[in-house]
Amino acid sequence: MEDMSGFPQEITGKDKPMVSFRKVRKAYGSLLVLDDLDLDVSAGEMVSIIGPSGSGKTTVLRMLMTLEEINGGAIYVDGKPLTHMIQGDKLVPASEKHLRNRRSDIGMCFQHFNLFPHMTAIQNCMEGPVQVLGLSKEEARDRGEELLELVGMADKRDQHPSRLSGGQQQRVAIARALAMRPKVMLFDEVTSALDPEVIGEVTNVIRKLVAEHNLTMLMVTHQMGFARDISDRVCFFYDGKIEEQGPPVELFGNPQRERTQQFLSAVKEAV
Amino acid sequence: MSLIEFLGEYWRLLMSGTGITVVQFLLGAILTVGLALLFGLMKMSSNRLIKNSSVVYIEVFRGTSLLVQLYWIFFVLPLFGITLEKFTAGWVAIGLNAGAYGAELVRGGIMAVPKGQWEAATAINMSAARRMWRIILPQALVNMLPAWGNLMVEILKGTALVSLISVTDLMFQAKQINASTYMSAQIFGTALIIYYILARFLLTPFMRWLEGFMARKLGRA
Repeated sequence: MEDMSGFPQEITGKDKPMVSFRKVRKAYGSLLVLDDLDLDVSAGEMVSIIGPSGSGKTTVLRMLMTLEEINGGAIYVDGKPLTHMIQGDKLVPASEKHLRNRRSDIGMCFQHFNLFPHMTAIQNCMEGPVQVLGLSKEEARDRGEELLELVGMADKRDQHPSRLSGGQQQRVAIARALAMRPKVMLFDEVTSALDPEVIGEVTNVIRKLVAEHNLTMLMVTHQMGFARDISDRVCFFYDGKIEEQGPPVELFGNPQRERTQQFLSAVKEAV
Repeated sequence: MSLIEFLGEYWRLLMSGTGITVVQFLLGAILTVGLALLFGLMKMSSNRLIKNSSVVYIEVFRGTSLLVQLYWIFFVLPLFGITLEKFTAGWVAIGLNAGAYGAELVRGGIMAVPKGQWEAATAINMSAARRMWRIILPQALVNMLPAWGNLMVEILKGTALVSLISVTDLMFQAKQINASTYMSAQIFGTALIIYYILARFLLTPFMRWLEGFMARKLGRA
């Protein structure tokens, strides 16, 4: 088993990060996807992750959502280990029970929405609060309706996903994730599967969340303009590492690294 | 004796036999669904012991003849101290046999549910059991219903074998009538038509209706 002695059992202090990746490594077989990743995200911060495909961007989010196991290092959420638990005085890989305790801090929206097709919009939003958080149906419905209102989908509350457009489905998916009251929200290429004319309705919801809610957010995106507008920080991933990061004005306006420059100019040409 | 006279004479026996056939089918089908769910889920378990017991069940009951299984349950099990009444032995054998086929349908239906559904359920922190019961199984059910329609028809036809352990089903009555009248064409022709009507005009439309009903529940129709 990996020696975890260099890793703290808890991160404390006033400025402790909401999310902390410490030397996180991820490999699929012999293919190294993430190589000793260190990344801290402060509470309330909006961090965008950009980079070429295969650079490990989505894997970062999937590990944080515990959809992928990590092969080395540790992830902390709100100061406490997520991927590990404390046994005696040692950090050991997390059990399913530990994951279920810690996972509730995190919510995620997917590229392909993944709404539950056998449930209506409001039922999608109520499922977690009722089945996982133990809310009464009335409480969960109130919460769900409030959130569907927030994403502008209140009038479609009783529609099944198959009756909704991609943009509408994604907005319901955002409401579904928010209904769990996570501290950290993850957006995994949430506009990539959308028709161009409906991208705005989803990005506007995210803009609203950034402006009005104190959520910590990580977003993987290919929309450079959007990332530039709303992020506090942008991380450029290349080859399983953060090649460059900084405030959007600096990273987009004056990239320092050659690979960042190449990537950004390639993206610009594509538009 | 004309066919009309023949039927007038024997319709009561045929109807009572048909009733027994329907009950054998219903009980066998219920057992099939239960066993299929149980062993289909067990086969997907990460626990070796659970998974392997499911594999053994499926191999044994799918790999051997229903008639031999029926004889085992009715004639051989009593030697080990387990005695089933012939009526019970009939539908239990049918259920055990078809359950093995159904288990594979359940497993296939579950595997066909997109990975994103599992992930979305995990992302709202559902336990594995609730995820299966609330999110995956309802969708798997819709995936596998057409195949279940086939299996149900197989179960219905399979019930004719219980006549061989003297359960007084449709086939048993037909053989009795044949033995006393020698009107083979009439009686077995009638039995054939009754089985066909049950399968084609009752069972199949019901399964179609169920498919449509489930599709509407999924908001697909």
